[in-house]
Amino acid sequence: MIWETVIGLEIHVQLLTNSKIFSSASTNFGAEPNSQANEVDVALPGVLPVMNKKAAMMAVRFGLAIGAEINKHSIFARKNYFYPDLPKGYQISQYELPIVSGGMINMTINKNPKTVRITRAHLEEDAGKLLHKEAEGTSYVDLNRAGTPLLEVVSEPDLRSPEEAVAYLKKIHKLVTYLEICDGNMEEGSFRCDANISVRLSGKTKLGTRCELKNLNSFRFVEQGLNFEIKRQIDILENGGQVKQETRLFDSELGVTRTMRGKEDAHDYRYFPDPDLPPLVISDNILASIKSELPELPDVRFERLINEYNISESEAELLTSKKELADFFEKTVDYCKDSRNTVNWIITELLAYTNREEIEFKDNPISPQMLGQLIIKINDNTISGKIAKEVFQTMWNEGGDPEKIISEKNLKQITDFGELELIIDEVLSEHSIQVEQYRNGQEKVLGFLIGKVMKATKGKANPPTVNTILKTKLREN
Amino acid sequence: MLKNREISAVELVDCFLDRIQRYEALNAFITIDEDGARANALASDNLRSKGFFTPLSGIPLAHKDIFCTKDLRTTCGSRMLENFVSPYNATIVDKLEEAGAILIGKTNMDEFAMGSSTETSYFGPTLNPWNLKRVAGGSSGGSASAVAARLVPIATGTDTGGSIRQPASFCGLTGLKPSYGRVSRYGMIAYASSLDQGGPIAQCVEDAALMLQYMAGFDEKDSTCLKKPVPNYTEGLNNSISGLKIGVPKEFFDTALNESILNANHDALSELEKLGAKLVDVSLPNSFFGIPCYYVIAPAEASSNLSRYDGVRYGYRTNTYNDLDQMYSRTRAEGFGEEVKRRIMIGTFALSSGYYNAYYEKAQKIRRLISDDFQRAFSECDYIAGPTSPTTAFALGEKLSDPISMYLSDIFTITVNLAGIPAISMPVGFDTKKLPIGLQLIGRSFDEAGLLNVAYKYQQATDWHLHLPEGFLK
Repeated sequence: MIWETVIGLEIHVQLLTNSKIFSSASTNFGAEPNSQANEVDVALPGVLPVMNKKAAMMAVRFGLAIGAEINKHSIFARKNYFYPDLPKGYQISQYELPIVSGGMINMTINKNPKTVRITRAHLEEDAGKLLHKEAEGTSYVDLNRAGTPLLEVVSEPDLRSPEEAVAYLKKIHKLVTYLEICDGNMEEGSFRCDANISVRLSGKTKLGTRCELKNLNSFRFVEQGLNFEIKRQIDILENGGQVKQETRLFDSELGVTRTMRGKEDAHDYRYFPDPDLPPLVISDNILASIKSELPELPDVRFERLINEYNISESEAELLTSKKELADFFEKTVDYCKDSRNTVNWIITELLAYTNREEIEFKDNPISPQMLGQLIIKINDNTISGKIAKEVFQTMWNEGGDPEKIISEKNLKQITDFGELELIIDEVLSEHSIQVEQYRNGQEKVLGFLIGKVMKATKGKANPPTVNTILKTKLREN
Repeated sequence: MLKNREISAVELVDCFLDRIQRYEALNAFITIDEDGARANALASDNLRSKGFFTPLSGIPLAHKDIFCTKDLRTTCGSRMLENFVSPYNATIVDKLEEAGAILIGKTNMDEFAMGSSTETSYFGPTLNPWNLKRVAGGSSGGSASAVAARLVPIATGTDTGGSIRQPASFCGLTGLKPSYGRVSRYGMIAYASSLDQGGPIAQCVEDAALMLQYMAGFDEKDSTCLKKPVPNYTEGLNNSISGLKIGVPKEFFDTALNESILNANHDALSELEKLGAKLVDVSLPNSFFGIPCYYVIAPAEASSNLSRYDGVRYGYRTNTYNDLDQMYSRTRAEGFGEEVKRRIMIGTFALSSGYYNAYYEKAQKIRRLISDDFQRAFSECDYIAGPTSPTTAFALGEKLSDPISMYLSDIFTITVNLAGIPAISMPVGFDTKKLPIGLQLIGRSFDEAGLLNVAYKYQQATDWHLHLPEGFLK
């Protein structure tokens, strides 16, 4: 039997606002428990929510970026249920009229185009966190996260494999970080994902019974969780059983999913429009101004970088993976006018350094001007590529511009032929055996001799020049 | 007298504190802040001596115990919040404090403002100074009883279905429910958010106007509060009402009303005619859907608003429980009274999957029809007048066991909340048992100034508002 997998994702994008969606408390991560929860977040008697306009603007940015319809009137609704991390006993969300409807994401999977339709994206508030102290038998509530603005992006069940699901998730991740509406930090929970998954016999159109998977907190977990779930569901069906509709939790340590609650325990959320909040109105003026401030989107930039800078698709893909990386690339090229060397230096050095030191690209100590200047110094033969790497290391560790480092460390290439000849003569006289070997036809020895010259000049000689002088001298006598 | 320094604010506060103690049996107050009131009165006297004062400076004031007050407990008439002390002040508490009024205590009320008699309070019923065997009305019964017995000159109330106007009517007072969005709801504990509105309860229109002056206005903490300028309510008083059209809805007079209520209302209308107003017949055909419509919407909102009282963060928590579910259910079973639980259950049902369309959605449609009724009527008249309540103050315990008859007590007031428009209740006579009768004037949205003016003209021509209950003479 051939099975087809059907997946839809619900992505929670934590919006990068300074304050919460309905209160003025800070949204900073990692503060002392309950130090960032004010009377509104704690849901004291008598408090009222006030909409954070910035969160709405960010939702509109996202909607415009995916070609969705922006609803000029959207409605906040209360989703009612009891849980200690939900201080009001209801979550303010959007139900019947979300701020964003429709839209789509285009991507390429194994060189084939794939379109994923977005159902909706709505604004809502996050809940707090429970801290269980098993030893004490007590649970504590931290409401710092309560009221943090979220944009929930719901896709249609258009994804057909875990691979597609991860590609789609990465695409949304890239988009929201490009739009600067989310920091994309999955470890801190700024970007989270639940998945609805079912399987059906290939060729059938009716959807199978689905399960909702929660706690898929990294790209890897999404893939693991979905793969486990596909196998579990197919095993059940192939053994004549039926998949139960339920919510399942992914256990990242064991790589399995487990029942969290069945359909019979599903809440009746009793949604109704929140009487404390008037409809959220997006005027034509606001819409136009957000549209005009929209940054170049990753797909558009990808195409442009290939055409404008003559770089490969894979290089463009890498450079557009983060907005700040593509920005860095373009600023550097703007400075040194050499896209080839810029892309090489970014990939082989800059990214290697940031990976090795495990820092975010945006936190690297090199500026586009520093790298651009370094490339100029290579191109005008002030320094060799090898010396440039040394300069780069100094820039990384100690800062300073390349010009200064080159002069302070006396790294300028030896361009004086006379000086170079003297050094070469010395090397040749010290290695008469190798000279003899070369002259007897063992031309490989040339490399050894070049190496010795470079060592003697501490790398400051220009290798092609050394090569030429050496060859000439070896032919002599 | 304060102005001419014939009496100090401290003396005034002491005088009222003394009366509060003397008439403690009325059970009008839940909490009294003697020390705070004296300290603030002293500060007020000092400010006045330096030339700083407003018309409200040094005037003792009571807040319905639904308004959050910093450092003074706020119970909302419930065991759930018996010991709750808010870390912040409601916006109107701040505003009246800034205006110089001296908070003297917090008044009794139906639990979470759910009731029409102040009998559902966890702290016991409030008595009516006009007849101690009768209710003061509700839910702002404590405020009404206190002002009527002159335990305090002015008090705040809140009105979701009639909770300012009906107790004002039962106690012979002037009570105004402002337009929805006129007065900030921040810090006013929510019962039914789309209907709740705070307002003044006072002995006369002038006092009510003065209070509203300081209560009204935009508040950025309340998204439903409107950014409309606040007119000068006291300056607007005493304008001629000649030529104004007062609509008399047949639906308010066709019911089997008590004869003395009918007569008093007709007399009041004649008085307004004498003052130059014209009476016109109007119709509010959907009025009688008001009660069923209200008893879907208000409990639905309440069921959600009261979910926060779960024993987790503040308020009452049960003593014995084995797990989270038991903690929740016991806390709420023990912390809430019968009427509150009844309304939470009604509201939860009305919002349930499968019933939402039949109840909540339909009620919203009816609400629109009721609002349209008023719109239509106001194309034919400037104000609408009728009895505030179908009865005068009823006996304690009379309706407590019969929720439907209790709910009917708000039949004339409830549609005003559903339409979000303002209305004022003022005393217009007494029934055969010497119980006060009220007349309600309803105005167009945000025409509080006009309402106050008509009521003021009436009070200038009559003296019903000057009567004092026997035994409480000053």
